[in-house]
Order: sequence, then C-alpha cells, then structure tokens
Amino acid sequence: MTTPDQHQDTPPQNRPQSRPQNMGAFTPEAQAEDTCTKPSFYAYFIKRPIVGAFSLLTGMGITLKTLCNVTSTVTQEYPENRDTLTMPPAFRGQVIMPHDEEGEHKCTACTLCEKACPNGTISVLPMKNIANKKVLGKYIYRFDQCTLCSLCVEACPFDAIRMGNDFEHATVDKDSLVMVLNEKEGRL
Amino acid sequence: MDLVQTEIPEGFTRSAGGGHTEEYYLNMGPQHPSTHGVLRLMVRLDGETVKEIVPHIGYIHRSIEKMAESQSLIQNIHLTDRLDYLSCHMTNLGLCLAIEQGADVGVPERAEYIRIIVCELQRIQSHLLWWGCFAMDLGALTAFLYGFDEREKITDLFEELCGARLTMNYFRPGGCVSDLPNEFIPRILKICEHMKTTLDEYDNLVSKNMIIRERTQGVGILSKERALSHGCTGPVARASGINYDVRKDEPYGIYNRFDFDVPLGATGDCYDRYTVRIEEMRQSIRILEQACKDLPDGDFRSKEKPNYKIPKDEHSFSSVETARGNFSTYVVSDGGKTPYRIKYRSPNFSHIGAINDMASGYKLADLVTVLATLDPVIPDIDR
Ligand code: SF4
Ligand code: SF4
Repeated sequence: MTTPDQHQDTPPQNRPQSRPQNMGAFTPEAQAEDTCTKPSFYAYFIKRPIVGAFSLLTGMGITLKTLCNVTSTVTQEYPENRDTLTMPPAFRGQVIMPHDEEGEHKCTACTLCEKACPNGTISVLPMKNIANKKVLGKYIYRFDQCTLCSLCVEACPFDAIRMGNDFEHATVDKDSLVMVLNEKEGRL
Repeated sequence: MDLVQTEIPEGFTRSAGGGHTEEYYLNMGPQHPSTHGVLRLMVRLDGETVKEIVPHIGYIHRSIEKMAESQSLIQNIHLTDRLDYLSCHMTNLGLCLAIEQGADVGVPERAEYIRIIVCELQRIQSHLLWWGCFAMDLGALTAFLYGFDEREKITDLFEELCGARLTMNYFRPGGCVSDLPNEFIPRILKICEHMKTTLDEYDNLVSKNMIIRERTQGVGILSKERALSHGCTGPVARASGINYDVRKDEPYGIYNRFDFDVPLGATGDCYDRYTVRIEEMRQSIRILEQACKDLPDGDFRSKEKPNYKIPKDEHSFSSVETARGNFSTYVVSDGGKTPYRIKYRSPNFSHIGAINDMASGYKLADLVTVLATLDPVIPDIDR
C-alpha cells in the first residue's frame, strides 16, 4: 500500500499518434485515408463511418469470392478418403523393419541404433546362433516413448530399419505399443 | 470476512483496494484460449482497466537445458524442436551453428542455401499462423482459416522435405539430413508468387478493416527505451523502432549475400507490430526468390559423423533470428560426448516481461490484443 505505483495510475499521456511511414501495401494514400486518429468533426463523424463501412464491405467481398470459388476448397474428407490418401515417402510415421520375400531382415544386431536413440526406445537383444555368431534375437521398439526423430534410421549402417508411412496409431491398449520388430530370430 | 485483500500478492507493486475499493485481482489463464498455451497472467483491475500485470510462467517446464547435459550433441538437435515449435528450423540451426563453431565443421555451399530457403519458408509459415491467431483473438474467425490454408501449403512442403510437419529435426552440423526433393524449388517459387497476391488480400481483409484498426492503433504502446531495457528483439523491438535484426547486424550463414529490408515501426503499438510482421513476410519472399535463383549444385552435407565432440573448455555461441526474435545458444563443453551445459536464450521470455509496460493502463480486452501481437510461444518461455 505504501509502495508507489510506478506504472499507470493515470492513463499514459503524450501517446504518440503518428503511424509508421510507407510500409509495403500501407501506401501514403492508404495512410491518408486512415482517419482513426484525427479528431476533427468531419473526419470522425462523416468520413470514418464511410471508410469503415467500405473496409468491411471489401472484406466481405473477399469472403464471398472465396465462398463462390469451388476450386479454392482445400478440405480433405479424411476418414472417407482413406484409400486414396498417400503420405510423402519421407514421412516419419514409426520405425519399421522391412523384411524381404523370404522373411529375412538386414539387422546384424550391432546396437548402433540403440546407442543413437535419445530416449531408450530401442532395445536390441542379441543372441548366439549355432555357429556361435552374434545375431539378432529380439528387436524391441517401445512406440509410446519414441519421439520420431529418425536418428536411429540415420545411425543404422545396414539400412535395416526405416521410418514407416503409417500415421493412424491410436489405440486403447498401451501395451500394444511395445512391439518386436523382427519376425524371426537370427539372420541367414 | 474481510473482503478487501490487504496483502499484496507476489510481484505486484500495490495492493488492490488501496484507496480504490473497486480494484481487484483476476487470473487470466493458465487455461485461456488467448494466452496461446499455458500462461497465467495475474491482473490487477480497476473496473475494466488493467492496472498491473504479473505473468506467471513455468506450467510446462520440461527442463530441456538439464536434459541436454545427458544427451549427445546430435541428440540435442531434436530437443531444440521443442523450444519454439513454430520456428524449429531456426532453433535447429542455432544449435547446429554452435556445434559447427565448436567442433570446427565446414558447411557446403548448397547446404547453406538450403538452410536459408527452409528458414525463410518457416518464417512465413510462422507469421501466417500468427496472422490467423491474431485475427481470431480479435474475433475474426475467417482470417484464421485463410491463414491456415496458406500455411498448409508450406507445411506440406516441409512434410515432403523432412517427414514432419512440426518437429522437423532437419539440420545437422555440416548441412542437412537430406537433399531437397524433386520439383521443390519450382513449388517454392509458385508459393512465393501466390503469397504476394494473398498478402494484398490479407491487407484488404484485416489490415484495412476499421474494427481491427481501432482496436490496435494506439493500443499497447511499447516505447523504444522500455523495449531496449526489457531486451525485446525481433518484430516486437522493430515495431518500437529499434533497428536490430540478427540477419542484418550479425549475419550468420550466408544472409549477408541477400538483399532485403528490415521493416520498422514508429510508435510501437499493436498495429505497428502487426504491420512489421506482414512486411517481414514480403521480405522473406524476396530472400526466397534470390536464394532459389542462386541455389548451386553440390553436396548437401559435409562428411557425416555419428557424433561431434567439442574440445574441452571450448565455449561456442550462436545467435539466429527466429520468427520471434533473437534466439541464442551457448554451449560449454568438458570434452566428453555430451555437452557440459547448454543455455538457450529465447526471445519470448523477454517479451512476456514487457507485457506490464505494454498493456497496463488499457482495457482488459486490449490485453488480449497485446498478447496476440506479441505472438508468444509458451514452450519457448518455459523450456
Ligand atoms: S525415431 Fe528417435 S526416438 Fe524413435 S526409436 Fe528412433 S532414435 Fe529413438
Ligand atoms: S537396426 Fe541397424 S543399427 Fe540397429 S542393430 Fe540392426 S543393423 Fe545395427
């Protein structure tokens, strides 16, 4: 209560009234028509309503033009156009591990992707095959943690994983988001 | 019960009710459509006149700067997406420039041009979103849809370029993740050509609209001195007449090769902040056209490394101009895989501090206008 109000107990005085000069479409002519700040009777009570009404009509004209122009429709009827909807190839949907016709993947269980991932989304569990060679056992991918940054894909030297194009990931079961990406253990 | 609150809440210089029994406190936010996120403004009101504003921040603090200490430099890039999510190419670039400076990485010529093209596209995209939200905050829903229509075209381009629409994670130290896709440059030029006519349409729809003008002209004035002392940058400072643009004054990348103007306002009111941003879009189109014309062939990235190390005790610093102002990154390294400390300087934090100077003395509805012309991105304030 004792501290003085340094700011605005009285409304600020000496507020500058001028407008910036000549910026783009804000031409001097447009500035001259700007009657908001001029206090004279003619400007305030006669010109201002006319200019104001004209500006509103100009805006309405634009909306009317857009309304009548059928080619300007941009709305996509999403669930209906599902079959024709394609995502660009670079789209980052979720990490997938492509398999060829024989069901083989390219992963060598080098764990570079696991190290590149910023938040521990990937766990590569290697195992030994009959020849005592390290092969992929399980490739665990926790989609609920993934930030879709694609750092793992960049880190993989064998192009074994890539970002898929699927974008409909909604689910009611959080556990279904933890997936095993490889279809079978090991590699030829 | 004592209805007159005599205790002064934190941050206020005077208690409500001190001589003015009509005065009272009001919370605007943290869940309010016009605060653009979870920002809480505590307002001391006299009737409908705003007397004092104390912003409360921190509702979505995610400690990204602390998280940065446990992630490698490359992994940090995707965290900068989450600061100013409407300028994430620019914030990515800020960290990449700092890493390039510290780890001594060169950038090929083509990558420099790609960076400029992508950043300027993002600036237009961000300003389009602001334009729509600004009009919506003032009650014009049509403009919001028009702004998003144009923005969508640029967002589609980004989706094809880097696979994401919001969190791009596209730049890397020494260049970019991928080259521009086919037919990218002609499409950008088409958007530029289209944007020129669209911006004139926007002027007729919103800028010349009498209601918008009366609600913005002479409202929320920020003087040059106050803007300087609050550390305002970007369009907010330029609307107050401060001729400072990182792209002009401390050019990063190859911005010094392009010919563009820095629009300035005279009074620093809401209308000036509006016109400065509209004019900035026109200047971005100019830069885009020059960059697309000169784009050379060649590599889009210098030799790729799995991680970059900054030598011990090396400090690197970079500033970039995001759509909202000066975004700076300061990286201190202890020679290890992860940085010792990363500090981000975000423009929105300074702007929100200046809101008391801008909006007190005006009506409560003008506070919404002021907030809309500040274009705050709350995750950038809280980090
Ligand atoms: S996309 Fe990013 S977060 Fe997701 S698994 Fe790959 S590296 Fe981890
Ligand atoms: S996906 Fe690639 S990086 Fe990851 S373990 Fe397999 S081969 Fe290595």
